[in-house]
Amino acid sequence: MSFFKKISEGLRKTREAIAGQVVSVFRPGRELDDEDFQHLEAALLRADVGPEATDRLLAAVRATLKDAAYEGTPADALRDAVASLLGEAGAARPAADSSERPFVTLVVGVNGTGKTTTIAKLAHHYVRAGETVLLVACDTFRAAAADQLEVWAKRVGASIHRQQEGADPAAVAYDGVATAKARRVDRVLVDTAGRLHVKANLMAELEKIRRVIGKVIPEAPHETLLVLDATTGQNGVMQAREFDKALGLSSLALTKLDGTAKGGVVLAIAATMRLPLGWVGVGEGMEDLIPFEPAEYARALVEDVPPPA
Amino acid sequence: MFESLTERLHGVFQKLVGRGRLSEQDVKDALREIRRVLLEADVNLDVARDFLRAVEARAVGADILQSVTPGNQVVKIVHEELVTLLGGPAPSGMQFPSNRAAVLLLAGLQGSGKTTTAAKLAKHWAGRGKRVLLTALDLQRPAAIDQLEVLATSIGVPVHLDRETKDPVALAVAARRRADREGFDLLVADTAGRLHVDDALMDEVARVHASLEPTETYLVLDGMTGQDAVQSAQVFTGRLPVTGFVLTKMDGDTRGGAAISLRAVAGAPIRWLGVGEKVDGLEAFHADRLASRILGMGDVLTLVERAQERLDVAKAAELEKRLRKDRFTLEDFLQQLQEMKKLGPLEEIVKMLPGVRLPAGARVDEREMKRTEAIILSMTPLERERPKVIDGSRRKRIARGSGTTVQDVNRLLRQFEQAQQMMKRLGGKRGKFPMGVR
Repeated sequence: MSFFKKISEGLRKTREAIAGQVVSVFRPGRELDDEDFQHLEAALLRADVGPEATDRLLAAVRATLKDAAYEGTPADALRDAVASLLGEAGAARPAADSSERPFVTLVVGVNGTGKTTTIAKLAHHYVRAGETVLLVACDTFRAAAADQLEVWAKRVGASIHRQQEGADPAAVAYDGVATAKARRVDRVLVDTAGRLHVKANLMAELEKIRRVIGKVIPEAPHETLLVLDATTGQNGVMQAREFDKALGLSSLALTKLDGTAKGGVVLAIAATMRLPLGWVGVGEGMEDLIPFEPAEYARALVEDVPPPA
Repeated sequence: MFESLTERLHGVFQKLVGRGRLSEQDVKDALREIRRVLLEADVNLDVARDFLRAVEARAVGADILQSVTPGNQVVKIVHEELVTLLGGPAPSGMQFPSNRAAVLLLAGLQGSGKTTTAAKLAKHWAGRGKRVLLTALDLQRPAAIDQLEVLATSIGVPVHLDRETKDPVALAVAARRRADREGFDLLVADTAGRLHVDDALMDEVARVHASLEPTETYLVLDGMTGQDAVQSAQVFTGRLPVTGFVLTKMDGDTRGGAAISLRAVAGAPIRWLGVGEKVDGLEAFHADRLASRILGMGDVLTLVERAQERLDVAKAAELEKRLRKDRFTLEDFLQQLQEMKKLGPLEEIVKMLPGVRLPAGARVDEREMKRTEAIILSMTPLERERPKVIDGSRRKRIARGSGTTVQDVNRLLRQFEQAQQMMKRLGGKRGKFPMGVR
């Protein structure tokens, strides 16, 4: 299935929620009045876009539509606004050179967002691309977390580096990356324990993990991925901000976009932090983690509404 | 960018309280600010609208605007309406049938914290003298059974497992039969996480429910959920007779918008709040307390309850006696520090204190407490009793022993001296908490 089809399916509910409310707004050839904008605002807020990013998007739509030379529909204007918001964020943080070997990705996030499952899917993606992948189980806190990762490693054909429960996660990371370097593995995916971003000591632990990885390979981690649950509301902005402050994030992976969840908080994050979305999880299957494309996301999010019969 | 709900409301009300008289427009402006705050706190859009309408209806009345302190009146109305929204007092207790085991069924989305919550609830009831059996009906997530088993072992509660079966209903029935046969008081059943849009899995949990006939069915929800919280709660309550909610991850900086919305839309009360990953991180839900916390009025009640549960009363009495005799030593200081740690992370405690608001982004440094502890632990009994004897060479030794610097030791001694003087000045009204927190 193409990216567009998949994400389109994942965002179906979102789109319906937005479109359902703004049918009149997006009818071609119609000027938007204040009430229309209020409907549009409500729709975006319901998608968890948040007040600030909503204001920005609406301002952009207004500005575009004011331009007499603009030939698109209001839907086009909103799509453009979404795409440019996400595009700017992407340009603000260019990706690392993916030819580095081993390429180390550190995966972080609060509890229960789906870090381990995301790592499994990433591993699957790279294994299928013919790369050798090592998973490093730095979640030594949650009961049976390493077991869970090991099950996945076997299923997708990756190898795993783990130590006993309660081990120092930084030591596990160091040994894991050192092993990867010695064995000339292509990709290293470092799983970490979920932690709330307000816990200063746990955030310090993450910094330490990042630091010791850098001792094995100076440029590593080449990429630091924050895994965000699509059902998360505006607290997602706080999460992104704190993890970014501690580690310097490269991008986001948005998971569980297969419910009714809107994931609009990624727009809030893009608007306030210029942090791009890298991956989107749209289902339980191993294939259901897909690289993110801003323009297609915008297209999937705001669909044209057919003129009423 | 945005401050917490508490800070924002505080800012809004500061403006209101500062004025003598309020016009209708003033109140409307304030309400618009509150709306934004509520939306940033993930309060459901419709709930926020209704809430503001209710507040406005009461706030714009002539009596309020002409009263001497209109701002305070609005604050009071907002608080009262919040409490109403969050729901009145909800019993966190359970009815235990006399002839068979009570059953507590936990359902929820993936990653909401069901398994951890199951262990917390099991520990809660086991700690109150009930014989508790846990069972893992999560046959989906790899190693979920292992996770529950490890947690069960750590809290000393038996767990009913079957690694072979693929049928959660059959397993539920077997666990129920064992709980009844072996005379357990309570069976806590953890189920697989599911998306509320997944009909097959929703069907499965409904069948599990039918086979277990639970005493209570709790829906476990992530406290950080956005606008979708209400919708998923509605779908679950449509399929299962949910009797209460457990909101998890409430120890973060989530502003509890989900909590505000749930009661209003889904009907069932919030019973418990999950705070932290450790198995004792469970608090009974109190609407008035959460409303106070949201509005920056502190939560002294919870703090007092925790103190009663976790602090050593005999030690405290002894300490008080010594304080009254002006015999407050570094040893006492150390004990106070250690007792205080039992109350939970400092940051959390600070949030519960009324009138104390950390500036945005400020963090209480837990390490400072540890450092202080290390310094005192590196002192001899004599030094702890009579800090005056600590000369230059002793300072060097203490610094080396505690992995700190002489400056750190000096600072602690200076702080301690100030604390001692303050105790003296305070006379009878001595504070019970150490002053060493910078």
